[in-house]
Amino acid sequence: MSNGTLQIKAISGHAGPVPGRDASRDYDVCKLIDVTTCIGCKACEVACLEWNGYPFRETTFDNTYQTMPDTAWNYYNLIRFNEHTAEDGTFSWLMRKDQCMHCADPGCLRACPADGAIVQYSNGIVDFQQEHCIGCQYCVTGCPFNIPKFNSETKKVHKCTLCSDRVGAGLEPACIKACPTGCLHFGSKDDMLDLAEKRVHQLHEHTSHTNAGLYDPQGVGGTHVMYVLHDIRDPEAYGGLPRDPHVPLLVRIWKGPLKWLGNFAIVAGLLGAAAHYVRFGPKKVEGAE
Amino acid sequence: MSESIAIERYTYRERVMHWLTALTYTYCLSTGLAFYTPHLFWIADVLGGGPTSRFWHPIVGVSFVIAQMWMHMVWHRDMEMSEQDKVWMEHTREYAENHDEAMPLSGRFNAGQKLFYWAMYYGAFLLLITGLVMWFPEYIPFGVAWIRSLAIVLHVSGALITIGAFIIHVYMSVFLVPGSGAAMLFGNVSIAWARTHHRLWYERTSRESGSKE
Repeated sequence: MSNGTLQIKAISGHAGPVPGRDASRDYDVCKLIDVTTCIGCKACEVACLEWNGYPFRETTFDNTYQTMPDTAWNYYNLIRFNEHTAEDGTFSWLMRKDQCMHCADPGCLRACPADGAIVQYSNGIVDFQQEHCIGCQYCVTGCPFNIPKFNSETKKVHKCTLCSDRVGAGLEPACIKACPTGCLHFGSKDDMLDLAEKRVHQLHEHTSHTNAGLYDPQGVGGTHVMYVLHDIRDPEAYGGLPRDPHVPLLVRIWKGPLKWLGNFAIVAGLLGAAAHYVRFGPKKVEGAE
Repeated sequence: MSESIAIERYTYRERVMHWLTALTYTYCLSTGLAFYTPHLFWIADVLGGGPTSRFWHPIVGVSFVIAQMWMHMVWHRDMEMSEQDKVWMEHTREYAENHDEAMPLSGRFNAGQKLFYWAMYYGAFLLLITGLVMWFPEYIPFGVAWIRSLAIVLHVSGALITIGAFIIHVYMSVFLVPGSGAAMLFGNVSIAWARTHHRLWYERTSRESGSKE
């Protein structure tokens, strides 16, 4: 898949520098989801399944319009329905298309130990390469959005690819193509930021959503999937969208100081044992001198 | 003269038990290091590939804990710390500098060996509990996802502590104390070796075997 538009920028579990590291092309791709115009039709879910060749999953009923509890290894994209009562007592449905956020600082990639199992392309797409995946699920631990899902039969982890195969060929992701209300937009990150700003301004000026805002969390370096929310103060109301997501602190400690301390201690231990032998030599048995 | 006479230090059962823990630990160490740093990921390739290593690491890990339990049943009395061991530990520096004449006499195991034993014993439990979380992270609800990352940090820390102990253990048995590696392979040590390193144990066993005669 690594053609011109999918130049690699970062690789998981790779010893030494990565070819194309810090490479910056003239644009990053981005998906903008305007939840204020989402009608929850699930056309994006169907398009996702069709493009990726997965069967539709059995739905569950829990007295709401939520069709199934969570995304799955073969179900990358799920509309989350949330019944929300505002401060003034008005009731609304909040619908959010939940999928991989394609973080600029991806926790999955940081946590992954397998060389090349997770790649970040220079256009911002974070993609799993199942042929290199060892099934350890460290990515599950590294992700602040609960996105990677494990297939217990094949022992591989899957998630939304932002249709890297389509984008690499100059097409938009399948979900974008299917959206009937135009709530899904796709383009360069700069263009999507512009569009989002205009939409937020429009909501402020012409609707009662005076707290509308753009969700592009900086804790993970910004994301390549952004939301326009009715109320940016309460992202949790949209089915658990984290207010200020970060790569978990313990994951950063593990992959940072703990790793270097451990490497140093192991090498120092081996060298120390060798130095001790040279300095003091083996212990002698009584009477053998 | 006395060196040619051998006395049994480890029974066949004890040696099988030791090498079972050694083998299972070493496998987990090798594959674990591969998952720990990209610079050592080649170990996983050598041992049959990343997915294979990831599949067997937890299963062999549980086998290690079971072997360690067996060892505990056999050795836990020998491993209890005594008053003399406390004195021994105060003289660790002299022991490390090979001034063995300054050391208090040791029983079957000296204080250093006991410390190694307990480091591996408690390390095994820590690695087991944290390892179970890492084996099945999908069963930890996302609301308490911090348990997953805490488990990894504790698993790595526990592994590093046992690796430190393991380096000292292998160095001492292979290089520092000639005869100890052979004792674990073939079971026997010379009388001089026993008198030098484990005087109290030697005196007790020779008394016991003397009374039988």
